[in-house]
Amino acid sequence: MAHPTVAVLERHLTLYKRLWRASLFSSFLLPLLFLVSIGLGVGGYVGTVEGVSYVEWIVPGVLASTAFQMAVGECTYSVLGEFKWTRGAHAMFATRVSAWDMVRGWMLYIVFRVEVAAVVFLAVVAAFGVLASPWAAVTLVVVGLLAVAVAAPVSAFSASIDHDSYFALLFRFVMIPSTLFAGVFFPVEQLPALVRPLAYASPLWHGVELCRAATLGVAPPWPVWVHGGYLLAFGVAGLWWAAFSFRKRLQD
Amino acid sequence: MVTLMVARQVSVGRVGAVVGRNVGALRSGASYWLVLVSGFFEPLLYLLSIGVGVGALVGRIPLGDGRVVSYAVFVAPAMLAASAMNGALAETTFNFFFKMKYAKTFEAILATPVRPIEVALGELTWAMVRSSFYTAAFLLVMAVMGLAEPWWALAALPATMLVGVAFGAAGMAVSTFLRGWQDFDLMTAAQFSLFLFSGTFAPVGGYPPVLAAVVQVTPLYHAVELVRGLALGRVEWALAGHALYLVVLAGLGLWVASRRIQRVLCS
Amino acid sequence: MFGLVAEHQPLIHARGLVKRFGEFTAVDGIDLDVEPGEAFGFLGPNGAGKSSTMRMISCVSMPSAGELRILGMDPVREGPAIRARLGVCPQLDNLDPDLTVRENLTTYARYFGLSRAQARERAEEMLDFAQLRDKASSKVEPLSGGMKRRLTIARAMVNEPDLVLLDEPTTGLDPQARHLLWERLFRLKQRGVTLVLTTHYMDEAEQLCDRLVVMDGGRIVAEGSPRSLIESYASPEVVELRFGSEPLEGFVERLSGVGDRVDVLPDRILLYAKDGDDAVSEVHRRGLAPSSVLVRRASLEDVFLHLTGRTLVD
Repeated sequence: MAHPTVAVLERHLTLYKRLWRASLFSSFLLPLLFLVSIGLGVGGYVGTVEGVSYVEWIVPGVLASTAFQMAVGECTYSVLGEFKWTRGAHAMFATRVSAWDMVRGWMLYIVFRVEVAAVVFLAVVAAFGVLASPWAAVTLVVVGLLAVAVAAPVSAFSASIDHDSYFALLFRFVMIPSTLFAGVFFPVEQLPALVRPLAYASPLWHGVELCRAATLGVAPPWPVWVHGGYLLAFGVAGLWWAAFSFRKRLQD
Repeated sequence: MVTLMVARQVSVGRVGAVVGRNVGALRSGASYWLVLVSGFFEPLLYLLSIGVGVGALVGRIPLGDGRVVSYAVFVAPAMLAASAMNGALAETTFNFFFKMKYAKTFEAILATPVRPIEVALGELTWAMVRSSFYTAAFLLVMAVMGLAEPWWALAALPATMLVGVAFGAAGMAVSTFLRGWQDFDLMTAAQFSLFLFSGTFAPVGGYPPVLAAVVQVTPLYHAVELVRGLALGRVEWALAGHALYLVVLAGLGLWVASRRIQRVLCS
Repeated sequence: MFGLVAEHQPLIHARGLVKRFGEFTAVDGIDLDVEPGEAFGFLGPNGAGKSSTMRMISCVSMPSAGELRILGMDPVREGPAIRARLGVCPQLDNLDPDLTVRENLTTYARYFGLSRAQARERAEEMLDFAQLRDKASSKVEPLSGGMKRRLTIARAMVNEPDLVLLDEPTTGLDPQARHLLWERLFRLKQRGVTLVLTTHYMDEAEQLCDRLVVMDGGRIVAEGSPRSLIESYASPEVVELRFGSEPLEGFVERLSGVGDRVDVLPDRILLYAKDGDDAVSEVHRRGLAPSSVLVRRASLEDVFLHLTGRTLVD
């Protein structure tokens, strides 16, 4: 008998088959446009960063931030809608599917989406010869981990709010600052010492550093297990919170 | 001619009533307030990240007229123009579309003596107010950070208002054609592409020639050039050309929008 | 021995069941037993506690106090196992609007662990049951309210449930759609499916329910078959008298003693009597000349109004 988690994943894939066109730009085109505009455009005026060209330096950052932005973007309106507008979550919960199955099926779907985007991105940049090391393949594991670490708590948040205007605040105070200051565009060492811990707290920074270490074939600033462990801890806590808030929302 | 025709139909009081409705909506929800106020931080964060953060890697950048300025000075006016665009578009696309299609706000308004052109003007005025609020605050930040001379910053303010009106009108016109929320993905895509490639982050002179030619037709390029010219105190005839482009865009957008409101809601 | 006991267990067993939301008590200590094969109804005005009771029975909302067993199991500990054997048709449709009619059925079937082949097969059967075959490849969004509701019910049947729960199945539908839906539900009943439904439509309760309870203010105020309720809470026949535009209060005294009970509505007077025609003769004998007279059998509506009062609850 198929596991309920699998049934949930299947549902999201079926929906994606219908709605994939809408995500083409944000999943595939946007990261490449960013790379061209900032990496090449601005990069032309930058010498080298940490010993490599600016484009090479920024590629892993854009990759990780794409995973990050997808994880946030996919887990806001769609998750709230499942509870508030289409009530798809209620439909699932009327069957043997549990809140925990819903969270797991949803996370598998997000990881699938992020991995597809990451593979396409890596293929394009590899074709332009911007990947220095075969270790770049490891970034696929990193972005998967990063996706869960971000998608789980964001889904939990979306399931616990009642109005979608909170999303604008999530985007402005969490997503955009993370994208801009977590080492994607410039090294976090440039940040004033006072705000640097904020960057360290963001799962995106750990994802960026691991990806950068992989594509450049160097060691990350902190031990690999610290970066990985941080993402893992974030993900586990997020999953727990998501299961909790899904169940709470469905039961009363 | 058009101005005269428009002037004959339009009542300032009725336009004011449409603006007033938006001010009322503002008072009703605490979250709308917060969303509105927080909109100001977005360009500021970009300025700090790209202008200051990446700027430290870039150092100084040539303007093309022989002058060389710090990267932050180069980027700040572009952020300002983009902020005027985003502020106006947020109001005349998402909010406008919702009011037109789902909340039936305009249907209710047009059941009164208010005319379609007055709805369009009212919405646009409000969009401009919102966008000016962002740009004025941003100009203040620029002046404080030493990224623009205070008097030139003040001179740039009306330019940013023009940018707000032009994008607000164009956005409103586009919104009347949208079929549903799925079309907003396209709209966001277009908006973001403009943001990335309008001489915002790097001089258009450094773009490949084909891209440069395409960019010079798009509106944000003209907005960035106009605002940057004024903010950096580079007054030249080209600025008038950029301003004219935006005036035409505003007029065209307004004309299309009011015709479409008439067509969609009054038939 | 235990097996035998289990077989005789009711599908739903509740004693002193309570649901509170903060200070507010939605369900205030109710007792119920629903046997296999029954069509059981909850009748009551809005806010009577019907939906809260249904949500507890569907193991989605947890009881605040009291005892509840569904299919012989404990809903708090064995929720998913119970839900695996239920079919739920909620008050608000929660279909996937972006999927087709067929995909809605197959996707839902997969939640119950049916294989892909089984899911497809059941979906085809259910398309026929819901009379939606020619809409199978259409998206759900443009369907009419009646079609959506039929699809929701078909979806609830996809796992061949032991117990089907329908929360106000025909609210908001036009008369044709309601009749079509009743006919479909009647077929389920004939097949021996156990139905539990809530409604505030008397005709629906009379059509579909073998047994029902009337709820008001979170409590059960009456229980029985539609017929027995009418017999205990209303007289067999009702006479409706209209007197044009004259104020009706004046007639009440002159009608006292006619029939078992007199009720004054804004536009008419109701006389509850064993024999309607006798009552009408008596009215005429007293020299009253109503502008219109209607003699009818007492309905569940009379019971309902009698038990829950005439104030409209919203």
